[in-house]
Amino acid sequence: MAKKNTANSQTEWDYAASPESTSHIRLEKKYQLFINNEWVEPSSKKYFPTINPATEDVLAEIAWATDADVDKAVKAARKAYTDVWSKMSGAERGKYIYRIARMMQERAREFAVIESLDSGKPIRESRDVDVPLACNHFFYYAGWADKLEYAMPHKKPEALGVAGQIIPWNFPLLMAAWKIAPALAAGNTVVLKPAETTSLTALKLAEIIKDSGLPPGVVNIVTGYGDTGAAIVNHPDVDKIAFTGSTNVGKIIQRAVAGTHKKTTLELGGKSANIIFDDAPIDQAVEGIINGIFFNQGHVCCAGSRLFVQENVADLVIKKLKARMESLYVGDPLDKNTDIGAINSKEQLDTINKYIKIGKAEGAEIYQSDCSIPSKGFFCKPTLFTGVSQSHVITQEEIFGPVLTIQTFRTIDEVIQKANNTPYGLAAGVWTDKGSRIFNLTTKLRAGVIWANTYNKFDPVSPFGGYKESGFGREGGVHGLSAYLK
Amino acid sequence: MEILKTYKIYIGGAFPRTESGRYYPIVDASGSTIANVCLSSRKDVRNAVVAARKAFGGWSEKTAFNRGQILYRMAEMLEGRKLQFLEELTKQGSSKEAAAREVQESIDCLVYYAGWADKFQQIASSVNPVSSSHFNFSALEPMGVIGIVAAQETSLIGLVKFIAPAICGGNTAVVAASEAFPLCAVTFAEVVHSSDVPGGVVNILTGKVSELAPAMAAHMDVNALVTESLGELDKPLALACVDNLKRNIAYQHAVPQGLQYITALQEVKTTWHPIEQIGGASSSY
Amino acid sequence: MKKTYNPSLMLSNTRIDKVGVEERVARFQTRSIKNESKKQGLHMVLNMIDLTTLEGKDTPGKVQQMCYKAQHLHDVHPGLPTVAAVCVYPSMVSIARKALGNSSVKIASVSTAFPSGQSTREIKLADTKFAVEQGADEIDMVISRGKFLAGEYSFVFDEIAAIKEACGKARLKVILETGELCTLDHVRMASDIAIHAGADFIKTSTGKIQPAATMQVTYTMLMAIKDYYDQTGIMIGMKPAGGISTAKLALHNLVMVKEILGNPWLSNEWFRFGASSLANDVLMQLMKSESGLYQSPDYFSID
Repeated sequence: MAKKNTANSQTEWDYAASPESTSHIRLEKKYQLFINNEWVEPSSKKYFPTINPATEDVLAEIAWATDADVDKAVKAARKAYTDVWSKMSGAERGKYIYRIARMMQERAREFAVIESLDSGKPIRESRDVDVPLACNHFFYYAGWADKLEYAMPHKKPEALGVAGQIIPWNFPLLMAAWKIAPALAAGNTVVLKPAETTSLTALKLAEIIKDSGLPPGVVNIVTGYGDTGAAIVNHPDVDKIAFTGSTNVGKIIQRAVAGTHKKTTLELGGKSANIIFDDAPIDQAVEGIINGIFFNQGHVCCAGSRLFVQENVADLVIKKLKARMESLYVGDPLDKNTDIGAINSKEQLDTINKYIKIGKAEGAEIYQSDCSIPSKGFFCKPTLFTGVSQSHVITQEEIFGPVLTIQTFRTIDEVIQKANNTPYGLAAGVWTDKGSRIFNLTTKLRAGVIWANTYNKFDPVSPFGGYKESGFGREGGVHGLSAYLK
Repeated sequence: MEILKTYKIYIGGAFPRTESGRYYPIVDASGSTIANVCLSSRKDVRNAVVAARKAFGGWSEKTAFNRGQILYRMAEMLEGRKLQFLEELTKQGSSKEAAAREVQESIDCLVYYAGWADKFQQIASSVNPVSSSHFNFSALEPMGVIGIVAAQETSLIGLVKFIAPAICGGNTAVVAASEAFPLCAVTFAEVVHSSDVPGGVVNILTGKVSELAPAMAAHMDVNALVTESLGELDKPLALACVDNLKRNIAYQHAVPQGLQYITALQEVKTTWHPIEQIGGASSSY
Repeated sequence: MKKTYNPSLMLSNTRIDKVGVEERVARFQTRSIKNESKKQGLHMVLNMIDLTTLEGKDTPGKVQQMCYKAQHLHDVHPGLPTVAAVCVYPSMVSIARKALGNSSVKIASVSTAFPSGQSTREIKLADTKFAVEQGADEIDMVISRGKFLAGEYSFVFDEIAAIKEACGKARLKVILETGELCTLDHVRMASDIAIHAGADFIKTSTGKIQPAATMQVTYTMLMAIKDYYDQTGIMIGMKPAGGISTAKLALHNLVMVKEILGNPWLSNEWFRFGASSLANDVLMQLMKSESGLYQSPDYFSID
């Protein structure tokens, strides 16, 4: 077939830099611990820097809480619970939570900018996804506070007491909302530890908590490293531990509370299968792959990191996927056109590179998009591996970065078996035009969240959580309340 | 010198006068006229139903979360006008304490239903384990246009306690205010109007219950009628509802908070979809 | 070589998830085009406009004035391009030809019983031949939507192939009237049929009904062009028409073209905007870029 001319006058049209303004945000140089609605110096007088992973610049100094500080916080939470919060009507509690939600909405842009600076995620994502979902999570749970008897029919629901909550760095503000909102709605008080690389938005949330008039001690925020988290887990007067993070640490926590009265919910890692059948809407499936593994730099516990594509459409899908990868912009998180931002930390980048090396050593075929990445900061190109099987390390272990493995399959039986063939069970994606096939797979896949013809969709009303080693307990919806009630 | 308020009615997001041009006076305890309010007609009811039907598609298709936010905004606006409502209530004969209680109850009612908007579906819906290979689920859907006769003995809460659960569930409403105490209904229309509620979702008419209620009950494009203890009117209204099998929801006494007030104005839709069974793979270990 | 309708070739891409498309399109709409890239983009948009008048009340005077505007968008500011073409009814082609002289602005004529297409093959062929004889460089035809919705795809195909033949040297744009096809699956099917039947351009709408050129529909058609190019190496042009009245929307469309098809399509040889009031909004944005001041319509000629 004769080729028509490609254009004789090639126009080059590139997007000019479009940086989000940071002039309006308010950041302190140094942050203390937030206990009893006050800013309290850490007893050790020690601080650690939090940096912008895109530039490696220091953003602020963060207080390092020790056991003594955690004890102070738990005592404050206990007192607030006993004297005030447990005595307050659900309707009143709800009104405070509504206030927090509304104040977050008012300051949404400031939160988004700080989230991107501290975590490395693109401003478009913080602005359009993280912050709105976080505000909406508070607004949603506010409405449950005076309706708990509907959530637990035939029982008089009671709060657990003091909840110790430890959250990760991949969705810092959103994870804080997922933890604090239902706990408060159910009548508990909270001691929360944000991740050490991303404490800032939790600390800004503390400002709102103070402004909202929430009684002192109901929410306390103690910053620090793993040792601070351990102090919370081990504190005898905490009734409930809620943790989101790696499976390894989840097991450490579960061992630590064994034999105690403490209730736990764990939201851990995953190696989720994203399955594309030959009758899938292919272009949307390709978007779904992108959303599943490259969105948020792959720092998503439910990332669709194992792609299964039916063999008879594999070439087409992979070709389209590679083409789509080429149109992703990797770069400055504060540029409004950036699709993929910085990897959260040097440690994480090292981990990802380690797995890329393993993949190559195992004989898998690597493809990385042909984009430029900044010379400073921690960045990783979107990466995919073909020629892999269930037996490769890179298809078994969670990488937590923008690295996708691709396996082909031939029959439904085969893909169901292989999708389930993992100790993890957080999420799965199914792409097919056939409704009856969707329900077949949703019935048989052992995962807590199944996305059919979509991926990585979140909503405050939609329960989220895993099977098997991806953890237990659900966050979101009426289901999210039972974790905080007895 | 005070600029006195003209009390109009609220239809389709606008404040017209009754098309009949009629009025009736509201007098205070000493016999002086506080206001002349519209004596609305059947035609006003007709216009309101048209507006409510037009608004139904957009309102029911909003996300539940959005409806909740709008209801919460109504609470914000009502809170902001607290003094105005206290004044109107006392003018109409309430004691200061009773007025304060009534306004607080109304604000709390709005906050309560704001919180239900995106939750009642989870409580009241179900996945049904049928014996064939089908995914079968039942979910609630709003009925449509609801005719509401406000509880007659109060000026504000009697109206708010019926409007909130109706619109929370995605319905639109045509409301007849308290005949004897209509003032807060009209001011409440201003609250609705300033809260991002689309025009036509809530329509408020003042006038004689004996004229307005039968007009709503007989209208073939109203899907349900909500009333509270209208005495001799109850039976004729029930009979009028039969022509289009309007759901006749006649309360003896309704309280301002409760899931049942939402679900009473919802239909249940059950959907079946096949689950293909292929091959031998199962989810067993 | 006579082209024939081949269902397996032309109906194989019709599984499209609309919600997924809407999400993809939303990402294009958050692209931020600033400074130099905005100026460059706006210049491109101007040069891609088919300035259009298709009214029952069109007269020679109206067409002449529009043709002048086509060449003199805003003479007060030097260095601006002309539009790509004017688009008129066949009866106005000779007027436009005279008014444009030897300007680089092309003449596109609608034909085939525009806008409804409810007429006979003979009439549609005559309509086309007349427009071409009168001097049209491009023909914008409409497909038979009724036949399409009734499932007579080979009829639709044959009709396009016949009109293409009647065009001679003129380039053929095929209007799908996506607002009447309704689903994106149908838009994709119609796109594939038109491309295989000989379209040089596929075009969204007549502009006479709503909805016209939505981002979702334009996206679907661009993907059809992309797949065809990947399979054959042949470029096809695309024209969204109707509903693009602001510079912002136009730039969003260019973002889509760039990210789906690439820089080669960023010229008026391969991409056009069917618009009547777009030009002035683009000019206002350009002037704002230059001066930093928000503009008023009073300062831009309406013709």
